[in-house]
Amino acid sequence: MADTVVGATPDPHASGEDPSRRDFIHIAAGAAAIGAVGGLVWPLIDQMNPAGDTLALASIEFDLGKVEPGQQVVVKWRGKPLFVRHRTPAQIAAAIKDDHADLRDPQTDEERHKAGKAEWLILVGTCTHLGCVPTVGGGDYGGWFCPCHGSVYDTSGRIRKGPAPKNLEVPTYAFLSDSKIKVG
Amino acid sequence: MSGHSTYEPKTGIERWLDVRLPILRFANDTVVTFPTPKNLNYWYTFGGILALMLGIQIVTGIVLAMHYVPHVDMAFNSVQRIKRDVNYGWLIQGMHANGASMFFLAVYVHMFRGLYYGSYKAPREVLWILGCVIYLVMIITAFMGYVLPWGQMSFHGAVVITNLIGALPVVGPAITTWLWGGFAVDDATLNRFFSLHYLLPFVIAGVVALHIWALHVPGNSNPKGVEVKSEADTVPFHPYYTVKDGFAISVFLLLYAAFVFFAPDALGDAVNYVKANPLVTPAHIVPEWYLLPFYAILRALPNKLLGVIAMFGAIATLFVLPWLDTSKVRSMRYRPAIRLWYFIFFIDCIVLGFCGAHAPDDLVIPGVSGLQLGDANLNSFVWLSRFAATFYFAYFWVITPLMGLTETPLKVPESISEPVLSHPASAPMGAMASPEKRG
Repeated sequence: MADTVVGATPDPHASGEDPSRRDFIHIAAGAAAIGAVGGLVWPLIDQMNPAGDTLALASIEFDLGKVEPGQQVVVKWRGKPLFVRHRTPAQIAAAIKDDHADLRDPQTDEERHKAGKAEWLILVGTCTHLGCVPTVGGGDYGGWFCPCHGSVYDTSGRIRKGPAPKNLEVPTYAFLSDSKIKVG
Repeated sequence: MSGHSTYEPKTGIERWLDVRLPILRFANDTVVTFPTPKNLNYWYTFGGILALMLGIQIVTGIVLAMHYVPHVDMAFNSVQRIKRDVNYGWLIQGMHANGASMFFLAVYVHMFRGLYYGSYKAPREVLWILGCVIYLVMIITAFMGYVLPWGQMSFHGAVVITNLIGALPVVGPAITTWLWGGFAVDDATLNRFFSLHYLLPFVIAGVVALHIWALHVPGNSNPKGVEVKSEADTVPFHPYYTVKDGFAISVFLLLYAAFVFFAPDALGDAVNYVKANPLVTPAHIVPEWYLLPFYAILRALPNKLLGVIAMFGAIATLFVLPWLDTSKVRSMRYRPAIRLWYFIFFIDCIVLGFCGAHAPDDLVIPGVSGLQLGDANLNSFVWLSRFAATFYFAYFWVITPLMGLTETPLKVPESISEPVLSHPASAPMGAMASPEKRG
């Protein structure tokens, strides 16, 4: 670089915006270092996400024959309670009647069960407020009542009162036969 | 460090070490000769108490980790085994669990002291903010530690708190899953909480070092709130405050020992003696006493996201306090008008704690139902917590800025020594031309 000192540019350090080979090396090295750190940080963050075996155990099968009308059975699915509720005709009628009531998270009862299977309501049993397990049959609507902060759900699992923002979640599930479902 | 070092190495070894690693000089300047205002009262001893509590928590915690098993099937039983079978496990576990409560008790006294004497004002803003950081990390550490025994309250407390993050729009659910390492609070969650619960106390210790560094640049504040003017205003830290702190620590340890030996479960929740069951939520979920006021603020709002924002806002507010206070006078000794509001604020925090401990719809005054206003029963704890939470924020965001602008403070003494020396009883000294420059 001695020739630049004696050559056309009197002071090579004066103009910072003049891209020289040295600037290029600085920027390239800096970018490579940032990229390398970023590439290393991501595995350290992503390791906390659900592991492969956790994801692999994500579905279960359940035999509905055990559940009498008016009953609810709670099974563990993905570490959370899963509500399997066999609804009575009166409970279904009460849910349909409120389809067009003033709902916080509007959904019809039809959208919350499989077609032609209105008696089976399959829900994730965690309150959408802060994840407590609501008790069946409680509250003003005969659905569920969450003891933690007083959220009330109707017989379709829709939020009606209290701090919870959403209806009880309907998981992905399918009927394998008339009396057997696969959840997840 | 303020001022020149007065350390003089006495032996050959000390001189040898002093030019290589002046660690003895540092220790001498920090805890022996450090010039400290001579009027510090017992409210100022809680910094030393807190340093001791952090040490106790780290030592007992490291020992507990030798016996604890972070697995959903074994965690609960391993804690019971520590309490029943491990030699002195009952003592060490009792010290650790009750130590957390005593740690928070001391930190709250320390914080209310800082509020009263204006210790957060210039030039101590960074000192105050570092203290807020320590408090925040303490909360996170205590929360994770409470999950480890894997009782019913441990588990469902963890569910409720991690679900708070799910309130964030768009990214909330993804972050919650990431925190859990699964679809629910489970083994992965327990393991990472154990790992972080072990790590964070050392982070706290690091921030404590910065906190003490930031303390030693401007020096201690003091009950009069006037800066140190001369050497006459100070005494060396040792023996004056080593002895005073030592006495306060002894008294504090009496209270701590009373809990450890005579009421080891008094501050805990009985439900946590039931092993965690993800399918059944306890009827009444409450955090430990030291987090109840924030829990009350969370539940005061009917909307999940707003509740979460308010709760974090209650802590975030503390960080900006140095810029909310418009008064030039540090100590509330000379601010009678805001002093009243300060005591109301103190009671307000206690009231919030009571609200957090009760179910939202419980009646504050049993048997009285005449306070109905439309849908709202003003006699319920949820409404009491709404009023109390409003006051909490009003104190910082309205009362503190306004009082500084409108109040008339009392006359602030010229120096720490002045009121003592000009007192009639010490007239001869007060007659000196400039008493604070005596000697």
